Amino acid sequence: METVLAILVGSLVAATVFLMLSRNIVKFLFGLVLLGNAANLLIFAAGRLTYARPGLIPDGAAAPLGDVANALPQAMVLTAIVIGFGLTAFAFALVYRAYQELGTTDTDEMRVAEPPLDASQLDTPAQDRRAA
Amino acid sequence: MSWWPVLPILVPLTTAILGFAAMRSLRAQKVISIIGAAALLVVSIGLLDRVWGGGILVAQMGNWPAPFGISLVADALSAAMVFITGVIGIAVAVYSLADIDRRRNAFAFHPLLHVLLTGVCGAFLTGDLFNLYVWFEVMLIASFALLVLGGGRAQLDGAVKYVALNLISTLLLLSAVGLLYGMTGTLNMADLHLKVQEVENTGLLTAVAVLFAVAFGIKSAVFPLFFWLPASYHTPPVAISAFFSALLTKVGVYALIRTFTLIFTHDVGYTHTALLAVAALTMITGVLGAAAQNEIRRILSFHIVSQIGYMVLGLALFTPLALIGAVFYILHHIIVKANLFLISGVVNRTAGSFDLDALGGLYKSRPFLGVLFLIPALSLAGLPPLSGFWAKLILIKASLELEAYVICAIVLLVGLLTLFSMTKIWHEAFWKPRPVPRENPFAAAVVGRREMALLMTPIVALASLTVAIGLYAEPLMDLSAQAAAQLLDPSDYVRAVLGGVP
Repeated sequence: METVLAILVGSLVAATVFLMLSRNIVKFLFGLVLLGNAANLLIFAAGRLTYARPGLIPDGAAAPLGDVANALPQAMVLTAIVIGFGLTAFAFALVYRAYQELGTTDTDEMRVAEPPLDASQLDTPAQDRRAA
Repeated sequence: MSWWPVLPILVPLTTAILGFAAMRSLRAQKVISIIGAAALLVVSIGLLDRVWGGGILVAQMGNWPAPFGISLVADALSAAMVFITGVIGIAVAVYSLADIDRRRNAFAFHPLLHVLLTGVCGAFLTGDLFNLYVWFEVMLIASFALLVLGGGRAQLDGAVKYVALNLISTLLLLSAVGLLYGMTGTLNMADLHLKVQEVENTGLLTAVAVLFAVAFGIKSAVFPLFFWLPASYHTPPVAISAFFSALLTKVGVYALIRTFTLIFTHDVGYTHTALLAVAALTMITGVLGAAAQNEIRRILSFHIVSQIGYMVLGLALFTPLALIGAVFYILHHIIVKANLFLISGVVNRTAGSFDLDALGGLYKSRPFLGVLFLIPALSLAGLPPLSGFWAKLILIKASLELEAYVICAIVLLVGLLTLFSMTKIWHEAFWKPRPVPRENPFAAAVVGRREMALLMTPIVALASLTVAIGLYAEPLMDLSAQAAAQLLDPSDYVRAVLGGVP
């Protein structure tokens, strides 16, 4: 099972890298979502998988009997999911606002906060497109 | 068990909640904010007083014994960082009374500032790696909100880059925490110090260490991971920039220092040599980037990057003296950098621009402001008798002791280039005659007397602190030495956390 999860995490990260290399900021965000899932699965797998043995203490005992699943990585994953959800929601809202204000999702064209380009660079196709 | 390490988190959190409750009244928000910031300063001084002389305070949250629950730990380094956070907190809170416009205040600027303070103090005080991640997130979400607050085009543009790269960094941190937990079965930093010594697969441990270094490296803006910083720090209002530049990157440096003295010391030859190269390149690229800029806040942003290099250098050299230098440098730098940003705000308010081409003649019209600029500027470049001189002197001495002459030369050269940048601002903004205003002659609004007093008070206070540290460096040096001693020999830290010794 660990092997399957390891391959899954690897494929998710590979997909993330592919998406993040895009100039389109929306694709970047999807990459971010995948990377978050990959990190959560990684924690889950790193905490060792124990199948069908919940970490419960039977009546009258002071400690769980035998080997049980480790609840801590699951708690960590839950925390990370909640936090990740909030941050992703913020990131999507931010990108939408940026799209409204700047009129583009192309990161190469997002340079309002950068110093102006010099004259030789001003005639790039991106500039023409915006003018048209 | 002591309640002191909890207070620097509780005070700003309470302030933020009260501030949000008083959303309708801007006046009440401001009063709460100032009182809260003052209370944080008092609490942080109390905490510093209690750990002075080698004491380590530990608070076990929920009364769970150490490796199982979350421990809050205040040693000399944590307490010093919390103290300096308190100083910057009140300085920025006072400054923002005059700097932040009505609209941003209505969007809860002050409560958000205190949420950010909560996150920063939490990150400095926690003794648990996963909890550190959570405090980073608290900090991050508050800083996102502050960065886009009031949302002009430039602010949104800067925020997209800031958010994107910082989110990658937190996910890397999360993965690293998960992997380290998988290897050691613990998240408590003191416990980790003991458990990593039992890990047999040191290659994997080094890989995880590098993952941590990259995650914290993005946070602290080291080469080659610093690109988000100069793209975003100049976009929000000056009070916010000043707070970010003073504290947020330093939390990253703090986390680097904490993890690479307490946990990852198994292969110093590899990890710390890598950090050394990173530090040198960070210093050089930062200062060269600054030399190419022509806008005050962008110049200052690039100098943050370059100065981060000095701090990482102190960690990378990994001798007692170098660590003293690193801690001293962080404390000195936070004061100086915040002050330079605050001054750039006053320049903008009085002359109507941050652009060096449009500025000039400020020394003639406001000589006092000129002097106040020179103090932190020359301190940043490391001229005696200001605080930066001692910080650089210790690092140079540490590198000479190790016979690292190349590093020593880089430190001196970067100091010289910093001086060049500072004299450039001085000459362009203060010394040369004021150019004929080309556009927008109304930008330089008249600043009221009361507003000016609110803007200048924190600047004068921080500048006096810089001079005071320069002339009487002994207490800060003493504090840095205590912090460095505890960092290099974590046995006291481990005993305090795990043994329950107060």
